[in-house]
Amino acid sequence: METMNFLITGVGGQGTVLASDIMAAVGVAAGYDVKKSDILGLSVRGGGVIGHVRWGEKVYSPIVPEGKADFLLAFELLEGMRWLDQLRPTGKVLINQQRILPVVVSSGLAEYPSDERIDAAVAVATPAYYKVPAIDLALELGTSKVLNVVLLGALSGLLDVAPEIWEQVLTERVPKKHTQTNLKAFHAGRDWMKGQL
Amino acid sequence: MKKIMTGNEAIARGAYEYGVKVATGYPGTPSSEILENITQYKEIYSEWSTNEKVATEAAIGAAYAGRRAITTMKQVGMNVASDAFFFAVYTGMRAGLLIVAADDPGMFSSQNEQDNRHYARFAKMPMLEPGDSQEAKDFVGLGLELSEKWDVPVLLRTCMRVSHSASPVELGERNWDDEALPPKWVRNQEKYVCTAMWAKKKRPMIEERLVKLSELADTMPINRLEWGDRKLGIIASGPAYYYAREVFPNASFLKLGMTFPLAKGLVRELAAGVETLLVIEELDPFIEDQVKAMGIPCRGKDIFPAYGELLPADIEHYCAEAGLLPKEKVTVKREIAPKDLPGRSPVLCPGCPHRSTFYNLAKMKDLIIVSDIGCYNLGALAPFFATDFMGSMGAGFGVAHGFEIGDIKKTGQKVLGIVGDSTFFHNGVTPLLNVVHNGGNSTLMVLDNGTTAMTGHQDHPGLDKTLHGPGKRVDIANLARACGVEHVIKVNAFDVKGVEKAIKEGLAYEGPSFIVVEGPCFFVGQGSGPVYEVDTATCNGCTLCFRLGCPAIVQSDELDEKTGRPKAWIDPVLCVGCDMCAQICPRHAIGPVVTEAKPASGNGSKPCAGCGTAG
Repeated sequence: METMNFLITGVGGQGTVLASDIMAAVGVAAGYDVKKSDILGLSVRGGGVIGHVRWGEKVYSPIVPEGKADFLLAFELLEGMRWLDQLRPTGKVLINQQRILPVVVSSGLAEYPSDERIDAAVAVATPAYYKVPAIDLALELGTSKVLNVVLLGALSGLLDVAPEIWEQVLTERVPKKHTQTNLKAFHAGRDWMKGQL
Repeated sequence: MKKIMTGNEAIARGAYEYGVKVATGYPGTPSSEILENITQYKEIYSEWSTNEKVATEAAIGAAYAGRRAITTMKQVGMNVASDAFFFAVYTGMRAGLLIVAADDPGMFSSQNEQDNRHYARFAKMPMLEPGDSQEAKDFVGLGLELSEKWDVPVLLRTCMRVSHSASPVELGERNWDDEALPPKWVRNQEKYVCTAMWAKKKRPMIEERLVKLSELADTMPINRLEWGDRKLGIIASGPAYYYAREVFPNASFLKLGMTFPLAKGLVRELAAGVETLLVIEELDPFIEDQVKAMGIPCRGKDIFPAYGELLPADIEHYCAEAGLLPKEKVTVKREIAPKDLPGRSPVLCPGCPHRSTFYNLAKMKDLIIVSDIGCYNLGALAPFFATDFMGSMGAGFGVAHGFEIGDIKKTGQKVLGIVGDSTFFHNGVTPLLNVVHNGGNSTLMVLDNGTTAMTGHQDHPGLDKTLHGPGKRVDIANLARACGVEHVIKVNAFDVKGVEKAIKEGLAYEGPSFIVVEGPCFFVGQGSGPVYEVDTATCNGCTLCFRLGCPAIVQSDELDEKTGRPKAWIDPVLCVGCDMCAQICPRHAIGPVVTEAKPASGNGSKPCAGCGTAG
């Protein structure tokens, strides 16, 4: 098989690192060789973040090669738009429909791209654009913190990995008292995606 | 059993499996998570030391005592630690000692880019370079063995892409008698007292040891020849090996796990067996220079830059330019995202205590602001742009004094030195003593947020807790008084006017003055207060509150009728109720929401489990 390449992007504090941890662990549990790489550091202070995850028979580099992402999982609209160049023409984009304004925008120095601009850019990158209402689904469960797991649930709907594997990894990786909320969040995302297909 | 681990987790696991008893370090990206992960292994004593030199000395002492020891630091930390490990190369130890330094090619979170491999050659100690997490764990064991066999500290050089990347690791057990006492110390002055007469005797041995280690390198399994197509032979180490493998799956390789001393026999063997020899390494031509010094022609930095990361796409690009890869093999990235997208720089968090300082400093004229390393360096960015310098830990005080003795006041300008609390203990106390003793007139300020925030909230001597539990707190203001400063002021960081007054008083004082701005980092403080809101009937769009650079304060869609400027709006999900905006609003249009409870919040309310521990 050819290596599967995932890019996970968002804003520091949204839970992207836990998402890439889970993606990597799911890959291992599904029998793949896995490597992943996160840029940490200043990102927790509200900067943009990017994580690479790769599943394959034998993975050498932890970095998704340029222009070869199969999936772009974006936690925020602007950050999703920023990484479109890395997508294969056959790649798929999942974007949480949420805007988090950078300080240059909130203080009036720059403009956040309009819905039309974002849609037009994604349309050039790929026909496969999934507008995941992840923040709404998460808030329905009572907390925006499970946003990352809702998005993973949506992504799982496009992958050939048994849901039981995802559930097992989630149970191992999230704090015990939040297991049920996270499992619900996973299925909320997954069910949403199944409704799109 | 295999587990997916980051390089830092794997190094911590290696410390556990290979019998390390003492682990020290000072936090710094990308190394911080090593020690944090070591704390889960109760068999190992671990501590955040005050700085990298102290940490290294402590680890050396533990290895003298007969305990396997490890010390961790980021790349620039090695500059601070270097005074210590140079002598340890002379003395050797009674148990293995591993110095772990994490480089940052590409400068993701560092003030400069440096190739720490030079320190191995400089100090004459062997060096291992892991390329993924399995190697990271294995090399801990191998490094400790080498250290004990050759009586020398070993450098384990990692980098951001090893430390913060993850891959599967085969877990083992700790086969170590943790109850055994260290061997009794026997005085051995010739070995451990580095006075010239005794140290000099060891010089020839240190050179001979490197020659023998170089011979050993040819036989070590971590240095291996992988024969493929004989047209191109590649020497690579660390993550660059894996990048190169991806770009050239069929080439011949010499994969080096130990890059100093060099496995010269293997280099000769590869060179003799291939048409073109290429060294692929990030940063400086460290291996390449050694290969060329052997009289072997090779390519390397004539093709690749000596800075930044060398990711697979870069290797493809530069090799195609040099004719080593067909141009059609290079992936062409599509250009889709508009070039004018707004950037997203890091900012001071909602509720950050540093905000009042930089809001005030941004308004002050003819003031040279000499800052330092930490979250407060975000005062250099929008909307404050309120610093003139930032360089290295403690330099906020040291360089401020330099401005003073350089007669800058004759230009009509004043100087303010700023360091953080952890930075003050790290390397700020000695420049403070220097100012006092030499009769300086500096105004120095400690932004005390009660934690080492930028690297993930580690403890320091100003706190009453350590990595393991309760600790003795050293009071910063009292320490400054004990250093001889007479004008010491403490001010509450959340009192915007009070901070302004303290700065102005400090600058006006003749003689050294010392200001402690106290207020906890939101992530270690008391949590959220009531959410604030803007009374839109009173707000006239004066935009003053935007100058706080708070992510929670944004422009609303509503324009003021008179001024035509947007009124402010406070995002209730992000606001934590620090009150600073209410204090500065000239029309008193901002105040706490009285009735409504705070909604379930997103980023800003609690440390994120995923990134909160990141450096």
